[in-house]
Amino acid sequence: MSDLTQLTISQARAKLRAKEISATELTESYLSAIDRANGTLNAYVAVTGDKAREMAKASDARLLKGEGGALEGIPLGIKDLFGTEGVHTQACSHVLDGFKPRYESTVTSNLWADGAVMLGKLNMDEFAMGSSNETSYYGPVINPWRRSRLDTVVMPTTHQGDGGFVSAGGTKTQRSLDNAQLVPGGSSGGSATAVSAFLCAGATATDTGGSIRQPAAFTGTVGIKPTYGRCSRWGIVAFASSLDQAGPIARDVRDAAILLKSMASVDPKDTTSVDRPVPDYEAAIGKPIKGMKVGIPKEYRVEGMPEEIEALWQKGIAWLRDAGAEIVDISLPHTKYALPAYYIVAPAEASSNLARYDGVRYGLRVPGKDIVEMYEKTRAAGFGREVKRRIMIGTYVLSAGYYDAYYLQAQKVRNLIKRDFENVFAAGVDVILTPATPSAAFGIADEDMAADPVKMYLNDIFTVTVNMAGLPGIAVPAGLDPKGLPLGLQLIGRPFEEETLFQTAAVIEQAAGRFQPEKWW
Amino acid sequence: MSVDVKTVKRVAHLARIAVSEEDAERMTGELNAILGFVEQLNEVDVSGVEPMTSVTPMEMKKRADAVTDGNKAADIVANAPATDENFFLVPKVVE
Repeated sequence: MSDLTQLTISQARAKLRAKEISATELTESYLSAIDRANGTLNAYVAVTGDKAREMAKASDARLLKGEGGALEGIPLGIKDLFGTEGVHTQACSHVLDGFKPRYESTVTSNLWADGAVMLGKLNMDEFAMGSSNETSYYGPVINPWRRSRLDTVVMPTTHQGDGGFVSAGGTKTQRSLDNAQLVPGGSSGGSATAVSAFLCAGATATDTGGSIRQPAAFTGTVGIKPTYGRCSRWGIVAFASSLDQAGPIARDVRDAAILLKSMASVDPKDTTSVDRPVPDYEAAIGKPIKGMKVGIPKEYRVEGMPEEIEALWQKGIAWLRDAGAEIVDISLPHTKYALPAYYIVAPAEASSNLARYDGVRYGLRVPGKDIVEMYEKTRAAGFGREVKRRIMIGTYVLSAGYYDAYYLQAQKVRNLIKRDFENVFAAGVDVILTPATPSAAFGIADEDMAADPVKMYLNDIFTVTVNMAGLPGIAVPAGLDPKGLPLGLQLIGRPFEEETLFQTAAVIEQAAGRFQPEKWW
Repeated sequence: MSVDVKTVKRVAHLARIAVSEEDAERMTGELNAILGFVEQLNEVDVSGVEPMTSVTPMEMKKRADAVTDGNKAADIVANAPATDENFFLVPKVVE
């Protein structure tokens, strides 16, 4: 194969071990792909070429000795939210200008220990707050997918054909790409674009309300948010600590399983890291799903949902039924309250977590006449609009006199949401199938979304329940909409049953096939 | 519930974010849109429901009360905008 970036992680792993290719060659292929594409797609905010070459060289030495780790020589992109020692780490915010941590996050440490190579840091919504990657201080990321339309072309009666002049005439249809730029989703938009456009073999991402699964669905990639507590949060810039989880975005289900196996661990440095061994997720792929009980929640059939989303869902149901699963209708009655409860809990936790950006210990400082004015000016200049909005909401709902009405009420509702899932799982449901997003990717600077923050928030309507209940969820590509854009389905599992998700997602992938954008960049 | 410009300014001060008159007006509208959206939570009957305190039922992990890390003052201040001999420098706090 001439273009090494086309290899999946499992394919590259086999070729590296067989010494058909070297880690250095593979890394150079990615670095030149990034060099050509990043000016257009804006997926990377920092490219660590020298470091990547050094790491690849070390991988080649280990591979030569037959000592390669699980990800030896595999080039990855890292979301800017992960602390990487001596390397740009700013959560794509102006307030963290120049921040280069003196430590490495547990998740990235695990990846390097397994031999992975770091290509650079990936763009994202500022502090992971957004669903379109437009709130980044470094500008929006562009989705490699574009809408296309089928045109009927009338052929002249005499025209030049492949074998000389022919005179058949008639019509033919051809798909042509639209020029409008689309968002890759968010907040892990850089991760999703980089994976989809072959600018890394796989990427780390994080998910607080849908930030792995929604961008994966918008770019035809696979993204899994594991159970809360599966990946250590140590060294990851905090947004909403009771909801944040790290996970991978990958080209296929097997690659996602390979990456999660390396990212997940039991970490004494994170008190919410759960003390359970990490299973071999890859082994779950290919296991039959015969007899598995798949729940279809009626509350996910929301008003105004486009026809193609409903059609996609029905296709997913048919695929799983054909594979021998038992389909059951279920009810998760508090679903509609998950998003409003999230928009109290997440901003409340964010307002507290982001209090540390005060111009004293790291990042930006704007001078003031006294310390309070210094804080206020620094934070006014350093945070973008969406981040300020959420800090303001969080501060308000936690302020004296409002705590019970908002925060306490939301945390009670959160328990009810969790109980809905527990009841369904107790009744024997193994996995829940839903659409991943209420629409396909939308345009950059969408006017409706810019005018009303709540419209943007609705992107997470199918994913946010999973974070509220701490459950694992995977988004897997399942088809294209009539305009040729990818759409994803979501599977939700019992706590720590990520294996069931990989097993079931592989069945969907097998039936739906894989999708990649037509290259225009 | 909804907020007025005066409340927005008070909250902005609590959050230590300087806001101009124009910012405060714009934020008032945005915050009210979000507060309007979350209002629907009041429909939910939560009688007898405990507020969630931990998403996964787990014992809080404890570690041995031992020194396992430290002696890295230079690392800690390395990213600070202003320092002096491993101290953070801030504008004068006490008169």
